[in-house]
Amino acid sequence: MTAAALAKPKTNANGAPSMLRRHGSQLGILGVGLAMWLSFVVLAPTVFLDVDIYKAFAESTPFFAIPALALTFVVITGEIDLSFPSIMALGTASFCQVAEAGYPHWLALIAGFSTGAACGWLNGALVSRLGIPSLVITIGTSFLYRGIELVMQNGAGVALTDDKYASMLQIFTGRPFGIPIQSLWAVLFTALLWVLLNRTRFGAHVFLVGDNPTSARLMGVNVVRIKTMCFILTGLFAVFSGLMTSFVGNYFWPTTGDGALLSSIASVFLGGTSVFGGTGTVLGTLVASYIIGAINAGIVSAGVNAFYTQLVFGLVIVVSVVLQTIIERKLQRRPILTQ
Amino acid sequence: MGSLRTGMTDDDLQEGPQAVDQQTPVIELRHVSKTFGEVRSLSGVDFKVYPGEIVGLLGDNGAGKSTLVKTVMGYHRPDAGGEILFKGEPIHDWSVARARKLGIETVYQERALAEKQPIWRNMFMGREPLNKWGLLDVGKMKTECARLMSEHMGFTSAAVHPENTVMTMSGGEKQGVAITRALYFEAELVILDEPTMGLSLTETKKTLDFVGNIKKAGKSAIFIDHNIFHVYPVVDRLYVLDRGKVAGVYAKSEISMDDLIDRLYRVARTGSLEESTAP
Repeated sequence: MTAAALAKPKTNANGAPSMLRRHGSQLGILGVGLAMWLSFVVLAPTVFLDVDIYKAFAESTPFFAIPALALTFVVITGEIDLSFPSIMALGTASFCQVAEAGYPHWLALIAGFSTGAACGWLNGALVSRLGIPSLVITIGTSFLYRGIELVMQNGAGVALTDDKYASMLQIFTGRPFGIPIQSLWAVLFTALLWVLLNRTRFGAHVFLVGDNPTSARLMGVNVVRIKTMCFILTGLFAVFSGLMTSFVGNYFWPTTGDGALLSSIASVFLGGTSVFGGTGTVLGTLVASYIIGAINAGIVSAGVNAFYTQLVFGLVIVVSVVLQTIIERKLQRRPILTQ
Repeated sequence: MGSLRTGMTDDDLQEGPQAVDQQTPVIELRHVSKTFGEVRSLSGVDFKVYPGEIVGLLGDNGAGKSTLVKTVMGYHRPDAGGEILFKGEPIHDWSVARARKLGIETVYQERALAEKQPIWRNMFMGREPLNKWGLLDVGKMKTECARLMSEHMGFTSAAVHPENTVMTMSGGEKQGVAITRALYFEAELVILDEPTMGLSLTETKKTLDFVGNIKKAGKSAIFIDHNIFHVYPVVDRLYVLDRGKVAGVYAKSEISMDDLIDRLYRVARTGSLEESTAP
């Protein structure tokens, strides 16, 4: 019976849309990534044929890649979260406060992640329940969370020494099999979030909410709950990244999270997630974040003046997004230019 | 104030035919009102659908047909004082998810599809099947979707595959997805809001046949259409809505199509179905 059911659509002339048609928009980013890597190899073969450079950005990239993975969910629902860098800091500050007060580290972790979840919940409630545009309100909460953190910390950092935080350092900065654990976390989270997005009811509803919130509501999807959960997810992953960054540096800076915002958002869009909502992939976000991470490391090692970093950065992002748009429209047989 | 809702005294117009009167309605609205800001879309509506009955809903644009449907579906919450009963039980936490769980499915006027998603995701929208691990049963969704498409939708177009996005389909094909989706879940009550809008002649006939099949299967339906020639032949009872109120209820046996058309013109002009009575 299953075989028969499967066989039926085969009588249709066109059959399934090809892999190219379904994943075509990802080709732009992969092409750009490959071209960039090849040019790095040509320009600095000694550096790029050595494993050390890969270890270097395998350690630094997850700092913005991990929040970007969760941010992908928010963007698919058609929203944005600009406050996650502040949540990185506020969550880590909560962890430090509880840990430095002498409580066990697991309790401090709970405090940190609860803070992240609470911040995400507030963002989600303001956006979905009150209907305030996320672009506007998360600028507000970004200042709010950063402000709370600075007041809490009195503007001061916290030293996260090896002797006091040995187990935490294992979790966030270890190198099992010589691989930086940060990237292992990023890959693990990508796998988990892939399942969450593509193989759960929650994930299915994330796509529906971003595609057409009215249709989703008419069919019984709880739009408020789905959006709020996406913001909470981003809050949790932001705190993870904040903790990880702080432990890598053995120090919690009150400015933690600065510099993550644009890299994370660029990763999401470069990875093929639509700014209009309804489509997106976590795998694309992961690949894109490593491309962005490689630009920094690559330009410096290729012997190019570091002032060029931003220029290349801008070119890569602009060119990839343009390519993506053109390929997507070609595949959908839509006109490339708007009349 | 009790008579305000219809402005009529004739008992036959208030209630359905005697035969079904004894049964418990599948769905019943008691004195339901719905206000949006300053606009009152429904006021004091009493509405019943009995098992195995096809109820037609007629009325001009803005009469409150879609609001009534969305209230039955739990999309709109009625104003305080109104009651919704499912099989005689008053239900307070009414929601779309609840309504669908109880077996009410709707083919919405706006179709309620997610255009960027593949057909198989649209087909199971809001009630995706899970496997034993609690994960989406994507394989089942795709094979069931392919089966439904070839068995029930019978597309004239050859280029439709479950993996296609809804965006790429024609209006009739989209409507096919919306109707098949309602049919698949074996609903107790199917609501069709302007299902023939924008459809070709054959697609319209297919849709009307589908309404007929609902009755054969012993299920109930609410059928809304601008075209009285589509509505009259398939329904058992008719509600006429006017400016948010039930202007009249007729068993089909009581009224001829010509008479109904006369009354609809009259209600549009004067707000009353009867020549003599005031609204």
